Amino acid sequence: MKHPNEEELIAYHDSKLAGGPTDFGTEDGGDAAQREAISTHLKECPECKTELDRIDAVLAVLDSMPVPDPGEDYGQRVWKQIAPRLPEKRRRWWEFGLSKQSSSPVQSGSVWAASLHPRRLAAFGAVAALMIVAFIAGRVTTKHGTPDATIADSSKVRERILVMAVGEHLGRSEMVLVELSNAMPVGGTGTNAKQVNIAAEQRRAETLLDENRLYRQTALEQGDTAIAGVLDELERVLLDVAHSPQEVSAAQFETIRERIESKGILFKVRVVGQELHQRELSAQPSPGEGRATQNERKKI
Amino acid sequence: MNRMRQSVEVTGDTDAVAIERTLAGDRDAFRVLVERHSQSVFRLAYRMVGNQHDAEEVVQEAFLRAYQKLDQFAERANFGTWVYRIASNYAIDRMRQRKSEDSQRAPAVRATEEGAAEMDVMSMVPDGAPSPERLAQSNQLAAHMRRALIELSPAERTAFVMRHWGGSGIEEIAAALESSSSAAKNTVFRAVQKLRQALGPFMEQRGQARAMGTEL
Repeated sequence: MKHPNEEELIAYHDSKLAGGPTDFGTEDGGDAAQREAISTHLKECPECKTELDRIDAVLAVLDSMPVPDPGEDYGQRVWKQIAPRLPEKRRRWWEFGLSKQSSSPVQSGSVWAASLHPRRLAAFGAVAALMIVAFIAGRVTTKHGTPDATIADSSKVRERILVMAVGEHLGRSEMVLVELSNAMPVGGTGTNAKQVNIAAEQRRAETLLDENRLYRQTALEQGDTAIAGVLDELERVLLDVAHSPQEVSAAQFETIRERIESKGILFKVRVVGQELHQRELSAQPSPGEGRATQNERKKI
Repeated sequence: MNRMRQSVEVTGDTDAVAIERTLAGDRDAFRVLVERHSQSVFRLAYRMVGNQHDAEEVVQEAFLRAYQKLDQFAERANFGTWVYRIASNYAIDRMRQRKSEDSQRAPAVRATEEGAAEMDVMSMVPDGAPSPERLAQSNQLAAHMRRALIELSPAERTAFVMRHWGGSGIEEIAAALESSSSAAKNTVFRAVQKLRQALGPFMEQRGQARAMGTEL
């Protein structure tokens, strides 16, 4: 047999792992024969054996690549995050009271407890309120004007409401970040400092995180990539804060603070928040103004 | 939290039973599937997208989509593999989206984020390494691997991760990439070739150091 090429050796490596023929070889059932031929060749050809060893070594070292451990309770956290967003399947609203027969009381209780948690209710309440206001505003504006103008008006109204909501969200996020930046470790500063309790900021960050995801997705859907970009950066910082322990060491706290400062997220949040506030104040900005503010934002 | 863990252990439903109950209207039954498969989907997602934040989003989105499409799930199929595929598809979308967002940002911001990503790798090296030198070498290797994976195209990374870590078949990879089987095979091959080119020299150096007894 001639020397196998790199592709054939990679396929051979793959078949060794699978413990038999692989779908990398020929499609006419010649996998096993080809594998056998390469195996025989490798026993006689030190060059090809060395080449295969190199492939094995690179792929083996990749297996050692560290993946962060999301924690033992990760599955439960994922469930808590997605449960409120899962619609009921095939269940009518009047069947709700009867449905617990099929699930254990513990399960149902825990899920409903999770979905009725005040923080979740606050986040989803805010978004629900936003949707209701947008709907009503859309209805009010549809009573006048031509169909084209009506569509334009209602989309403007919705945009203004989103602007207002995101502006408020950024304001609240800014407050949390400022409070974190200004917090002082117990027992002094620097290396003498002991612990910093960030439980309160953490709870607020968790609420803001839920809202942030929804606003970021909405901004992306509306094509506002600049706002979506800032919300994305903010989300990373909020995630850091929300996933930190309630009591962090001075060093851990300093890392969080550095992260906030190094990315200039506070500055970006302020600038976009102020700009949104301006947009909110000018109820119907001229097209020229709209372009100007958008250009300003892109400079961030 | 403990109560929740206990409840899943006690129910011990198989995937098939949990799916059946979910489809029958018991939304809570889906929790068994989420808790059972989240860790492995997270590992796949992390290797694809390269950072924890996006990986967590991929996991959430994968299970949300799985729930929505559960009635399309074939009974004979493996739920784990199916949700892997959904996660891979979403991860590809996320990488494309991230690429387009990155191209609109200033290079300085990107540089800062790349630096931060590298720092994440450093922080993942387990504590308790025998010496600072060995730790430095592990860090270096982790950073090399991370960079090598990042430099693959989204399709190559997906194909490699699905094949090498996900154990997916070529047909499955082809479906995720929306390509032919032969194109999927080529994509896996290209990925391995690029990884060899990126990591080969580093591996050679380590091999030589080991042979000379100078490895730390």
